[in-house]
Amino acid sequence: MEHGMTTITGRIVDGHVGIVDVQGDMSASCEDALMLAYASACAPQTRGVVLNFDQLDFLNSGGIGLLVTLLVRANRNGQRLGACGLSDHYREIFELTRLDDAIAIHLTEAEAVAAVMQ
Amino acid sequence: MNPEDPIHDGWAPPVHRLERPDAPDDAVNINVGGRRVAGPVQGFGRLWKKTYRVRVGERVEPADVVATWRRDFGTFWPPGNRFYGPVTGLEPGEVALLNLSMPGGLELSTGVLMLYADDESFTLMTPEGHQFAGWITFSAFADPDRGTTAQAQVLMRSSDPIYEIGMALGGHRIEDRFWGATLTALAISLGVPEPAVDAHRECVDKRRQWSRAGNVRYNSAIRSGMYRASRIVRRSGTTSG
Repeated sequence: MEHGMTTITGRIVDGHVGIVDVQGDMSASCEDALMLAYASACAPQTRGVVLNFDQLDFLNSGGIGLLVTLLVRANRNGQRLGACGLSDHYREIFELTRLDDAIAIHLTEAEAVAAVMQ
Repeated sequence: MNPEDPIHDGWAPPVHRLERPDAPDDAVNINVGGRRVAGPVQGFGRLWKKTYRVRVGERVEPADVVATWRRDFGTFWPPGNRFYGPVTGLEPGEVALLNLSMPGGLELSTGVLMLYADDESFTLMTPEGHQFAGWITFSAFADPDRGTTAQAQVLMRSSDPIYEIGMALGGHRIEDRFWGATLTALAISLGVPEPAVDAHRECVDKRRQWSRAGNVRYNSAIRSGMYRASRIVRRSGTTSG
């Protein structure tokens, strides 16, 4: 199954929330890129991190596994993890894999930022 | 369901509770029907990533390895363990029954959901009550140094405190032997005369999720033991009556 390129970047908003933007395909091979983006989205005061999947094209089971690893890292740092921009299909995948028990899903980045700040 | 269906993109369609899998009458078919699936988020114990790899040669393509593995999945298991799935291989969204040989002669009944499949990998997810909560991804890839390599990777937390104790008291070794034997059988079937399996175990999270300790109510070993005991009582009642 052929899939395209991936770009994962991190940014900080309001000083307390990190955003990780996922663009393209996400699979197990994205581990280094995801963890680097997470690191660049985190500052000492970061209370929560939002995964923005607005530009996500494809996610396989390896990519879901990476999100579990990222969740552990965020929990260790006392941060809440949220997600936004998921298509209906990938929202269903979060529910199917029960990742939504730990990573709250929001429609927009603004909603997700507000939720992880609480 | 066709796994190539672009709507599902290789993933199982939404499943809230698992259906009771089809199985022969002599199989122990409990602990699956009506259960929800459980991933690492729902498990109790430490989070482990276990990777088992075997070289299967240079003349076989990764997609062919995965197709063979998926189609004949249960035939590569060690003796005494039975996999009841469709003869054509599991499709995403389908459920298989497992009857596993456990220490003490217990036959443990549990199952798996085919969560995801593409040409180069497939992933199974466990139901509540399984020994562990998580998923196992089976894949194959071309390694420039080793040729085509088959891999099983488990991302799991033991489901409840009883299983967590069991894992510490030899459960990890049993699992290592199980997947070691499975990969060996797969490699032999692909023409490798003396396969060597590499195993790597990494603790991703040392913390236990005590809020999930109540998962013990679904413990498939306890329920399988009770089922076995009740069958013995029923049989002895029939015989003496």
